[in-house]
Amino acid sequence: MRQPDFRTPVIGADSVSHEARLLSLWETSPGLKGFLATVDHKQIGIRYIVTAFIFLAIGGLEALVMRMQLAGPNLSLLTPEQYNQLFSTHGMTMIFLYASPILSGFANYLWPLLLGSRDMAFPRLNALGYWIYLASGLFLYAGFLTGNGPNDGWFNYVPYASRDFNPGLNEDFYALGMVFLGISTTVGAANFVVTAFRTRAPGMSVNRLPILVWGTLTASIANLIVVPAVSLAFFLLWMDRQFGTHFFDPAGGGQPLLWQHLFWIFGHPWVYAIVLPAMGMVSDGLPVFCRRPLVGYSLVALSTVATMILGFGVWVHHMFATGLPALGLAFFSGASIVITLPSAVAVFAWLATIWLGKPVITTAFLFFSSMILLFVIGGVSGFMTASVPVDWQLTDTYFVVAHLHYVLIGINVFPVVGATYFWFPKMTGRKLDERLGRWNFWTMFLGFNIAFLPMHLTGLLGMPRRVYTYNDYGGWQALNLITSIGSLVLAIGVLLFFINVIRSLRLGAPAGKNPWDAPTLEWSVSSPPPPYNFAVIPTVASRHPLWEGRLGTDGGLSSLDRGMLLDSGKETIGTSALDAEPDMVLEMPGDSFAPLALAVGLAVTFVGLLLRTWPAAGAGGVIVALAILAWLWPRRELREREPAHG
Amino acid sequence: MTASPLGYLGHAAGVRAQAILPLTWFTLSVSIVVCLIIGAMLWAAVRRGPRNNAGGDVASVAVERGPNGTRWISVGLAVSAVPLAITLIWTMITLAAIAGPPSNPDLVLDITARQWWWEVQYDSPQPSEQFTTANEIHIPVGARVLVRLHASDVIHSFWVPALSGKTDAIPGQTNATWIQAGAAGRYLGQCSEYCGYQHAHMAFEVVAEPQAEFDRWRASQLASAAAPSTDSQSRGQALVEYRCGLCHRVRGTDAGAVMAPDLTHVMSRRTLAAGTLLNNPGNLAGWIENPQALKPGNQMPNQFLSAKQLSDTLAYLETLK
Repeated sequence: MRQPDFRTPVIGADSVSHEARLLSLWETSPGLKGFLATVDHKQIGIRYIVTAFIFLAIGGLEALVMRMQLAGPNLSLLTPEQYNQLFSTHGMTMIFLYASPILSGFANYLWPLLLGSRDMAFPRLNALGYWIYLASGLFLYAGFLTGNGPNDGWFNYVPYASRDFNPGLNEDFYALGMVFLGISTTVGAANFVVTAFRTRAPGMSVNRLPILVWGTLTASIANLIVVPAVSLAFFLLWMDRQFGTHFFDPAGGGQPLLWQHLFWIFGHPWVYAIVLPAMGMVSDGLPVFCRRPLVGYSLVALSTVATMILGFGVWVHHMFATGLPALGLAFFSGASIVITLPSAVAVFAWLATIWLGKPVITTAFLFFSSMILLFVIGGVSGFMTASVPVDWQLTDTYFVVAHLHYVLIGINVFPVVGATYFWFPKMTGRKLDERLGRWNFWTMFLGFNIAFLPMHLTGLLGMPRRVYTYNDYGGWQALNLITSIGSLVLAIGVLLFFINVIRSLRLGAPAGKNPWDAPTLEWSVSSPPPPYNFAVIPTVASRHPLWEGRLGTDGGLSSLDRGMLLDSGKETIGTSALDAEPDMVLEMPGDSFAPLALAVGLAVTFVGLLLRTWPAAGAGGVIVALAILAWLWPRRELREREPAHG
Repeated sequence: MTASPLGYLGHAAGVRAQAILPLTWFTLSVSIVVCLIIGAMLWAAVRRGPRNNAGGDVASVAVERGPNGTRWISVGLAVSAVPLAITLIWTMITLAAIAGPPSNPDLVLDITARQWWWEVQYDSPQPSEQFTTANEIHIPVGARVLVRLHASDVIHSFWVPALSGKTDAIPGQTNATWIQAGAAGRYLGQCSEYCGYQHAHMAFEVVAEPQAEFDRWRASQLASAAAPSTDSQSRGQALVEYRCGLCHRVRGTDAGAVMAPDLTHVMSRRTLAAGTLLNNPGNLAGWIENPQALKPGNQMPNQFLSAKQLSDTLAYLETLK
């Protein structure tokens, strides 16, 4: 047994020498070594964000090619197989490689800053999550670029995905790639959950958490529960394909519907996992521009959790037409209708915040507030599909395509772009250009609605989804042409966004610490923040530490300039789960190659499995084992110390 | 805008679709009204902001705690709950009314969905009254038709929007659905679960006709193919038996395979290749010669017949009325 090393952290004020000392402890090594070995959550967060935006651009280009094919009836720009790979890869890219990782990126960057911590709970796990995300993204795209992209849609129903009907490598790439990516999602989620309950600043009790943290935490807990289902499903599919097992093969007693249950018991909660954190961005960002706190904080936080809990009970609404008993359908139909209510809480809270506040119109505000309308449109179309008889007509038509794009673009892309306008100054020290921002917003908003609002009608006129071409039935041609034009305008809007980001990196107006006069902890540090985030660990007394002078608090004031110094090593404070009482000094790891090595080892393993080259898979396994050994090797400086009361 | 044959907002000809239609309109109307109200409130809320702050200087506007505002949420929830409750109850009532197949159907069909066409078997207690056709389903007006759905390869979905919503055809299980046409007419159906290359071209038609016409149609379908009457037709029949017969069946001849649509009365059908082409001699010739250009990836190989062989084959096929 090691001796407990009781130590009370020194309380003090910031000073130049203190900052210099922290910098020497926390700064990532320069050059390539630092690039490959960093565990700084801010660098990792930005990597996630950049990578996810690249995938967004790629997925968008895929969509544009499809929209050219669909611009008129009976066009033959693409062969059926090309079209099928494109729509499948588009779905895979947007849902798995953009929508979730972009939120992980923002959360990785922002969480420690929002929570008053110096890093995530497990910095190396954070790095591992990114490297696996990157490697699995490259793995999946290696398939697409060699003509072996997924060709069975993102939800990949069997038996079409089985070897009998799909003999190429397409589905092996997809199945293994998804298992691979699932590791990244899982370790990331575990890290968020522990971070939320462990590394908050003293006083940052659960009722003071920013809604973004509520959203990401809820989504992360859901991911821990549901990602195993989909990883299992893809693993079983790979077993069916490679070893002739019969999990999904009806000829051998398997069940095609088993796939659908495993997939959607993951898939529907996942939909909430990729919108709740984005809703959190709006809940935190919108009030800043309305110059008041969010209306109904507690209700919004609780509705976030309630949405997720109900979200576990609605997966069968993707399967209303599969011949399940009507009694079962009725239950899931009811749950899918009721889930509207917690979403409505957020909508009314946002509306009231704008109405009762003094909205200042900025580009970020435009993205956040317009999201409310897009959210409602995506919500009511979801409500329509919740009614079983109505869904029997709507499902698998373009109505559903319109619905899911309102959900994913409306409730993910719009908040994310708004969040970029909002937090870019914090990340880079420069503001995005507001004038270009208006152009960016209006082209995206108009383009999106021109593309997808008429698409509801396309669906109501009966056009099935996932068809590579169509006959001109009752206005389909005109509607599809409008959608294709709208998608081009939307793409121009996204391009303007990227241009604005790249331009403003050099030319943007300097932002200072707090350009929006916002209330939360990340705005109390310099832009960009120093590697250690907070020179002294803040003590938090309200939800709005930076607005306390104007809004007051119920108790004492937050202390941002004076607090625990924690500079005798790479340290941050561990606090209790609910009230954030200081509990323990946490020793944080420094730069490490172990995460990268582990990810490379896994990549080698997965490539070996794909090509059925077992020695390669084994070699990958050895690299993984060595990386874990290096990772877990005991180190004196990581020995943790007992209570730190102060 | 003209109505689409697959649209389901304008017309409902079947009992089930008719039960769904008002619920669809109700939920759609509620949805549109909600969007308009929220949009108007959002617009009004934004317009209330400081008008002199077009520059977006956020920090210059003072922060205030402002009214609590949770009444917005409670009132909003209370108002939202009303249409939700109505929809919930209406949904359950409709579901109870149309979900179950009739216990004593007037007609039973076994429909097998295949990549990328529909095999339709007419069931009867009398074996001599059973027959198989493809892609065109005739039913008597008013008859309650039980449809047992099978899939021989991958998942498909059976959908005739004017008559009824979708039911999937899933390998390894038999799903039951039912249709009942209230009026005579031709109703377009379409596979609505993605099933591979030619999911786009997997349509079918339901022809609802008065009982007497249906009986006539059934009698003619039950008949075997007529014997050829010219030399050209005879040569055509030989070719059909020798080549087409590897996959297709023409009852009454040696062409007896069941992997592809039954051709015994192929010329009685309005379309070819599951709705891909109108059925006329020109299209039929083009289809036989080059199906891979017209429906890429489908299971039928190009035939490379000589001109004479093709004209003989057509001469024979045209007798299969």
